Amino acid sequence: MAKSVAGPEIEKLIQLLAKLPGLGPRSARRAALHLVKRREQLLTPLTAAMAEARDKIGICSTCGNIDSRDPCTICTDHARDQATVVVVEDVSDLWALERAKALNAAYHVLGGVLSPLEGVGPEDLTIRQLIDRIEAGGVKELVIAVNATVEGQTTAHYIMDRLEGLDVKVTRLAHGVPVGGELDYLDEGTLAAAMRSRTAL
Amino acid sequence: MSEPAKLPATLEPPRDAHAPGSLPSSRVETLRVGDFRNYSVLDLAFESGFVVFHGNNGAGKTNLLEALSLLSPGRGIRRATYGEMARQGGSGGFLVRAGIVSNETATLVESRLPPPGGAPASRHLRIDKTVARTADELLEVCRVLWLTPAMDGLFTGPAGDRRRFLDRMVLAVDPAHGRRASDYERAMRSRNRLLSEDRMDDVWLSGLEAQMAELGVAMAIARRELTRMLTAKIAEAASASPFPAARLELSSGYELADFSTAAVETEEEVRLALRRSRGIDRAAGRTREGAHRADLAVYFAAKNMPAALASTGEQKALLIGLVLAHAQLVAQLSGFRPILLLDEVAAHLDPGRRAALFDLVALLGVQAFMTGTDAALFEALAGRADMISVASTSER
Repeated sequence: MAKSVAGPEIEKLIQLLAKLPGLGPRSARRAALHLVKRREQLLTPLTAAMAEARDKIGICSTCGNIDSRDPCTICTDHARDQATVVVVEDVSDLWALERAKALNAAYHVLGGVLSPLEGVGPEDLTIRQLIDRIEAGGVKELVIAVNATVEGQTTAHYIMDRLEGLDVKVTRLAHGVPVGGELDYLDEGTLAAAMRSRTAL
Repeated sequence: MSEPAKLPATLEPPRDAHAPGSLPSSRVETLRVGDFRNYSVLDLAFESGFVVFHGNNGAGKTNLLEALSLLSPGRGIRRATYGEMARQGGSGGFLVRAGIVSNETATLVESRLPPPGGAPASRHLRIDKTVARTADELLEVCRVLWLTPAMDGLFTGPAGDRRRFLDRMVLAVDPAHGRRASDYERAMRSRNRLLSEDRMDDVWLSGLEAQMAELGVAMAIARRELTRMLTAKIAEAASASPFPAARLELSSGYELADFSTAAVETEEEVRLALRRSRGIDRAAGRTREGAHRADLAVYFAAKNMPAALASTGEQKALLIGLVLAHAQLVAQLSGFRPILLLDEVAAHLDPGRRAALFDLVALLGVQAFMTGTDAALFEALAGRADMISVASTSER
């Protein structure tokens, strides 16, 4: 990085901003300059918001979601079907499903996927908590909504196996034709998956 | 889908198959390279079905073929890293942009390596200015096939090279094959890691083995299908081709499974075999059986002799025959006339076979880019080819 021209404070700010996903050193410099220029409108409220987030936001001990309450808003929402639990890899997936308003259910965030190559094992995920949650009763259906990657599918397989003998219905997201997709443009793997998981009309 | 050109029954193909007005239906019309290998910036336009780059050793002929090979998924004809493709003394990044006409549709394909800066070096791909999600999207624009001097030792060299050659052939007709192969590789490496770390977690290993079985069997079936269709194409062309016919023998890499049963049963069989071999695989430090151990044995059909025993020239001729049969298959199955990159091919052929190669390419209706040190090698193409003289900056 070039020699600092504005003092170590701004350099430190730039370095930290550059660690954010989607930002590189160049956009971090722009963001830092932007913040410093708008001290009152942006920098002060952002500092306060970040301090508040740091103090108040934590991880829900039931489902692994992030919230300022524990148990989180979703876990305590009685308008939701708490007997149906959607298992996702990460909070970002939970948000994606919530944005889609796909299902009015509860969630379980695994905190990642099994990956020997990345050194992530079952003990690093919230699988134990998931089993405990089901054994505690009240969960009727588990929807496995992990990504269709090697690691995601291995994790799904692992969870299904661990659930054997427990009184819970296990389903998984359908794989296949995207909404608005044309068959002609789909690859063979997707088409075969769609055909395998066809449903009655 | 257009019908593929049939090879003639006799050895006298029409001389005017590449006459003006009958350009290959899939072709590269323009190429711009920037900061690529020895080129700071170069613009080329192609007007014929044959394009010949001629010039001295080290002038940069193969570099142009390498640029064209980036129109295909993967790291091109040299399998180099993208960083190596960037010009020495340049920005550290490069640009390759090609204007392609395919079945009367014009497409602009751009591969760009951003100058180094933290992120892992991968190319950014744009197709008609839209960011491509994966390199496999290139297969919807064109299919590029190649033959390079590095492939000369294919029949005598390691099985890994033949497997890669086989998988590239499968990929050209079945775009899902690349994803399948990389997922299989990842699942296998994950299982190897668990075994080497002595984590004999039965449930976890079963999950990985189930995927290895599903992906591996799909790969084996795709390879077998390609071998079968290629064998049929070779037989169809054998009587007319000046190149010796190959007999292909695929070994799947699986000892138990014979693939005569339904895929689902084979998968189950493979899954159980993997389960049984955990101990052996752990001791060996690798997975002993599977799609990653496949091999393609090639024989001279007429003599029933392993290709590896023939002379270098005969092996080359056999390989050319194989690549041309594959080109024909790709045209038939994908609806794209593939684009052929033939690096230093002409020099190894006697004049009769050389002329026959040109005629076959013309008959197939594909665009071929060829290199050679001497323009005279391509005399038989007079009037049919773009002859482009390549000279390095130091020579100019």
